[in-house]
Amino acid sequence: MPLLHVDALSRSFQSTRALVNATLIIDAGEIVALMGANGAGKSTLVKILSGVLPADSGLITLNGQTYAPRTPAEAAAAGVVTVHQSTDLVGAAGLSVADTLLLTRFSQRGQPFFVSRASIRRQAQAILDIAGFDLPLDRDFADLTAADRQLVAIARALANRADLLILDEPTASLSIAESQRLFSILKRLRDGGLAILYISHRTADLEAIASRVLVMRGGAVAGAFKRPIDFSAAIETMIGRKLQSARPGIRLAEGAPVLELRDARLLPGSAPFDLTVHTGEVVAITGVLGAGKSRLLSAIFGAGRLAAGEMYLDGRRHRPQTPAEAIAAGVAMAAEDRHRSSLMPADWPGSSLAATISLPHLAKWYPHGLLFGGRERREAEKAIDRLHIKASGPLAPITSLSGGNQQKVVLARWEAEPSRLLLLDEPFQGVDVGARHDIIQAIRSRSDRATLIATSDPEEAHEVADRILIIDHHSLVAAPQGTPSDLPQEIHA
Amino acid sequence: MTSIIDETAPPVPRSANTSAATSTWLADLGTTLRSGAVFILLAALLIGFSTAEPAFANLGNLMSILQAVAVVAILGAGVTVTLAVGGFDLSIGAIAASSVMAASYAMIVWGLDTYATVPLVLAFGALIGLVNAFLIVRLKVPDLLATLSMMFLLSGLQLIPTAGRSISAGLILPNGTTASGAYDPAFLLIGRASLFGIVPVSVVLMALVAIALFVLTERTRIGRLLFATGGNEIATRLAGASTARLKTLAYVISGTLAALGGIVVAARVGRGDVSSGGSLLMDAVAAALIGFTVLGKRRPNVLGTIVGAVFVGVLLNGLTMLNAPYYTQDFVKGAVLVGALALTYGTGRSTSS
Repeated sequence: MPLLHVDALSRSFQSTRALVNATLIIDAGEIVALMGANGAGKSTLVKILSGVLPADSGLITLNGQTYAPRTPAEAAAAGVVTVHQSTDLVGAAGLSVADTLLLTRFSQRGQPFFVSRASIRRQAQAILDIAGFDLPLDRDFADLTAADRQLVAIARALANRADLLILDEPTASLSIAESQRLFSILKRLRDGGLAILYISHRTADLEAIASRVLVMRGGAVAGAFKRPIDFSAAIETMIGRKLQSARPGIRLAEGAPVLELRDARLLPGSAPFDLTVHTGEVVAITGVLGAGKSRLLSAIFGAGRLAAGEMYLDGRRHRPQTPAEAIAAGVAMAAEDRHRSSLMPADWPGSSLAATISLPHLAKWYPHGLLFGGRERREAEKAIDRLHIKASGPLAPITSLSGGNQQKVVLARWEAEPSRLLLLDEPFQGVDVGARHDIIQAIRSRSDRATLIATSDPEEAHEVADRILIIDHHSLVAAPQGTPSDLPQEIHA
Repeated sequence: MTSIIDETAPPVPRSANTSAATSTWLADLGTTLRSGAVFILLAALLIGFSTAEPAFANLGNLMSILQAVAVVAILGAGVTVTLAVGGFDLSIGAIAASSVMAASYAMIVWGLDTYATVPLVLAFGALIGLVNAFLIVRLKVPDLLATLSMMFLLSGLQLIPTAGRSISAGLILPNGTTASGAYDPAFLLIGRASLFGIVPVSVVLMALVAIALFVLTERTRIGRLLFATGGNEIATRLAGASTARLKTLAYVISGTLAALGGIVVAARVGRGDVSSGGSLLMDAVAAALIGFTVLGKRRPNVLGTIVGAVFVGVLLNGLTMLNAPYYTQDFVKGAVLVGALALTYGTGRSTSS
């Protein structure tokens, strides 16, 4: 008897059918990977399984019994626990790791009203023992790395008897080493009989741990792949078409240098480095989280400062004090985490697709100050055409777009006006394979500017760039010339 | 209203096709009802009050309603701009009150005329706005705390020049001399005259402020950037805009409008009363928040604020005509605010998820 049997599950949101007769089976002691483009129905399925949303129709059985949780607490009581992508919501600054681990227990009735530090430590240690890994119990939650937060969330989810663990993009913000540690923990849990539903876009992760891969498309399970997993077939099933290589031939750095850094230090104590980016070249900087990628890009864009060293843009001294100065000098940056750095909240003025594109260009497009003339509308229509943005029109709310299409809009914003240097910080965050392909083509189709991309995923860097640089401890440590295949081995590991 | 109840009920498993169509239709109806709710209620109030008390509907009374809400609407428009940049100006009531004192002091003690007094008082309001902005933008004091302290400071400051006395002609100054000036008759026209004998000047001012700020916030790039600052300050800065300047602009506008409100009050009352402007802050904030519900916008908007102020004015005037006791007024305002916000946020959520 399978652990979980989902039979013909459907769910609609107004006129959108998010799940259409989705059917799948998960056994105890296996790691099932769930792949799917944005909007394929993954999150709806997870929300139904974790008790956040009810299904419209269909049947779920768990351990042979009908399972229809109405709240996440009911789901957890039945043995289904979920760890969501944004783990900073698991705890809060000011709470210790032990407090965070016991947070759900504090809110249960029947627990003692007064608590002592000793009993908290004892109970928290017991929870870690169940999960089988170590964490510093007295550390403040705010000081934990993303990887440790992930582990706190997992440990807490497993504190009570769990049969099925659902992980949503758990490695999104982890470095390679941290991911490896997570994988070995997950494998151990699997060997202990736990079933894991693992949602991810990263084929390298799935290769490493998945027992099986399920691919969702259009609200249904469109394909299942057993080991050895044929990922190119899985990805083709996922996007519904053949996957051509997005990558045209590598261009050698022939153009004039656009950006030059001399003896730059990102932090007062870090090693100095040089960097040159030429016209028509796409350079990717890759390295673990916290290695200094964003710091470097921010300094070039005037949102941060170099600790030492000089920057030159087209041979002239480049020392922007604000993003406005950098933009005026011809530098554009689509920063990391588009929701935080680029988009307006829903229902707010400026949250339409067209207004998202026009935000930095308002003064140029509307010199008289009044928003008449429809310039942003025309620019948005051009962008929709050029980048194949799927939206109901230029005035579509940005929140109605899928993650990949939102990212295309952010790119369109900075391509709407010519720039000398385009900086992209993690441009493929939460972007499905199909949209990633479009974005890469758009980035690479321009030869009139230089492009510098920061990404923590070497695979992405490899797909998009002519040249890959590696950053570590706030300094460029290796700058292999020529093809990205010359990368040092550890970056592929 | 049935549609709204239907939406919040837990969906039961049902066949997808028919129910999807029905619920879309009901959702549309619900959205329409919500966005028009304030206007529908306003029309209902107007019809109801005129049936119950025919004197309610005459032009003079309607103008007196508008005149009564003019100051609140002007201040509310300023609050709306600070809400747009993600701030909050709690000092507007105190700025208006001290502007009343400043205008009176300027005319009665310094003997200035209208043309000197009005710019002086407006500049005073703008200056306070600038100080607020300095505290908030430069010193990074949270906006509520900065403007709350400014409110305290101003309510105290306005008492000092006259040693706590109200200002009227023949005021005896702290040094024993008698002030020689008087209110300029031209100044009093701002609060007491009517255009063509019908439209009070203060209502004209309210309309001008409403139109100017509506255009500024909704139809200009500055307005877009003001809202962008409130919506996502990081994104706005990374798009090359100076959020510090935008916030400063918002607080200066808010301070200046509060001073304008004070001028209208002074011109109506004709003396510098130490206790004037007591409920202005709460009324203006209420108008701005009721404004969130107008047209279902769920965000600060100037048009909504004006409609909100008028709505409360109509309600209070009608109830007064129907002999409702004065002490129920605050309760009525509070009930309208709670109801409006519950309608906007409580029922809006189920469709957006």
